Order: sequence, then structure tokens, then C-alpha cells
Amino acid sequence: MKVGVVTFPGSLDDVDAQRAVRIGGNEAVALWHGDADLQGVDAVVLPGGFSYGDYLRCGAISRFSPVMGEVVAAAGAGLPVLGICNGFQILCESHLLPGALIRNDHRKFACRDQRLRIEDTTTAWTSSYVAGSEVTVVLKNGEGAFVADEATLDQIEAEGRVVARYLGGNPNGSLRDIAGVRNEAGNVVGLMPHPEHAVETLTGPGTDGLGFFTSLAVWAGVAERTFA
Amino acid sequence: MARVVVDVMPKPEILDPQGKAVQGALPRLGFTGISDVRQGKRFELEVEGDVTDEVLADVHRAAETLLSNPVIENFTVRVEADA
Repeated sequence: MKVGVVTFPGSLDDVDAQRAVRIGGNEAVALWHGDADLQGVDAVVLPGGFSYGDYLRCGAISRFSPVMGEVVAAAGAGLPVLGICNGFQILCESHLLPGALIRNDHRKFACRDQRLRIEDTTTAWTSSYVAGSEVTVVLKNGEGAFVADEATLDQIEAEGRVVARYLGGNPNGSLRDIAGVRNEAGNVVGLMPHPEHAVETLTGPGTDGLGFFTSLAVWAGVAERTFA
Repeated sequence: MARVVVDVMPKPEILDPQGKAVQGALPRLGFTGISDVRQGKRFELEVEGDVTDEVLADVHRAAETLLSNPVIENFTVRVEADA
């Protein structure tokens, strides 16, 4: 499958995300924030970084970039979209996902290997995992605290839309230890930690993150689950 | 020219780490008796021509769409006397 990775001014992890896409068995296509063109891709990754300098609010200005108009429309029609870190912030600002990301409660940048539990394996991005899998990926954020009002939190919990939860201590004050959520249809997923930095043993804490990039084929029904 | 001011504040139920940092610094500098600090943003919009109801409605939409995130923030709009 062709997976587009958007580069915004200030994106940091776009090249790593492209590499993870390729290691996951898909073709990576570079997309540009200023082009209202998805080049016919089958899925989109919004990578981490500090798009538009995080000015105003993280993701607030990126949301209105030409490419995001296309992403929002295509996501509504079922296109798989994964937002990692800053990409998660952009998806919340775009109202494709509930809630918002605010500054870490301890006010320091957090950078560490992070254990997660994959709770929802019905999504386009987690179908490779077995529900309840515990994985270790990289976490690095300054504004990673997921917040929403109680009613919204109750609703996404009841609908099973918490995709991943932090284990071994909450790194940023996210309510209910939420590390990632999905939209109702399951094609749009936002995740604060970085699976794209955990796809090769040489440069990461392991390869536990690879499942996010092999899931598309499983979700599309052309491959089996690979991770236990 | 007229000035329209949009004040954006984090909602009361949302943690405000920046406000907490400021609150923590105040007593260290000898400013006591302040029980809470919340930090927001102030936008000053210079409007061409008169501030009509239509202009104010536009500013409201801008505040709702871009200047604030209604999930975590509240905003107020007011017209400032001659700048």
C-alpha cells in the first residue's frame, strides 16, 4: 500500500516515519503541507515535530494547511490516518479526534522508553497486535497530556476507543493514562509516543512499534496478525 | 481604526501548568497571598472601519476557529476604546 507522510515546516520525524513505513512493507510517499494533493495514497501519517513552531497551540496552524483540507475530507471517507505526537495534536485540532493535548503536568520535556498496552486492535493501525499486548516504544513530548471533559472520556472508554494506555507510570499527566485514541470508524488514530522510532534494534528500544506500520495490510484483510 | 480584543483562557477544569509555574515563582520573590494563577492569551485585532455587528460576528468565528480551542479554552470578545 502507498502511505503518504506529510512534511510540515517544523516536522522532525517525517523521514523516520517514511523509513518505518517501508520497513513495515509499504511504499512511502512524501507529501507536502502546502499541496492540496494526496497523490492517490492509501493512507496518511502525520509525523512528530513542532509544525509551524507550535505557535498559537500545537497543531493549530497546521490544521489549516492545504494538505489538511484533503486529509480531513479523505479521513471522513475512510482513509486510514495515523497522527504521531505532533500529528496527534493536529488531528485533535482538526476535530478528527476528541480531546486535546496540553503541556505535561510536570512541565518538563519527557524523553524515555515507554511501555504501553495496546487495548484496541480493531483499527487500521493496530490490527497487527493482539489485544492487551504490552509494547515498548519511544516517548518524547513537552505537550503530551491528553485531556477531555469527563463525559467525553466516559464515552470514548465505553466505545472502546482508547487505542493505547501508558504502563509503568504516567509520563505527562494524560487523563486515565491515555496514550492514544481513535475515531468512531477506527480509520483515524492518534498516538503520543513514537512507534516509528522502535522499528529497528540498532536505533530503538526494540521493534515493538513495527506493528503500527504492518497493520494496514491486516486491516485490509491481506495479511495475518504478526505480533503477540 | 478600532481595536477588538480577544482574551483566551484555559477552562477552569483544565490543568494550567504555566499558571502553576508562575504561582510557584511568586512566593520565591516575596509576593505572598496569591492563592492561584491562571495564564491565558490576549489577541489585539486592529479592525479597518467601524466595528459593526457583522465584524464582531466575524471576530467571534475567528476566535472559535483559530484563536482558541473550544475543547480546552474559553474566550471573550470586546471592543476597546480608541487605541
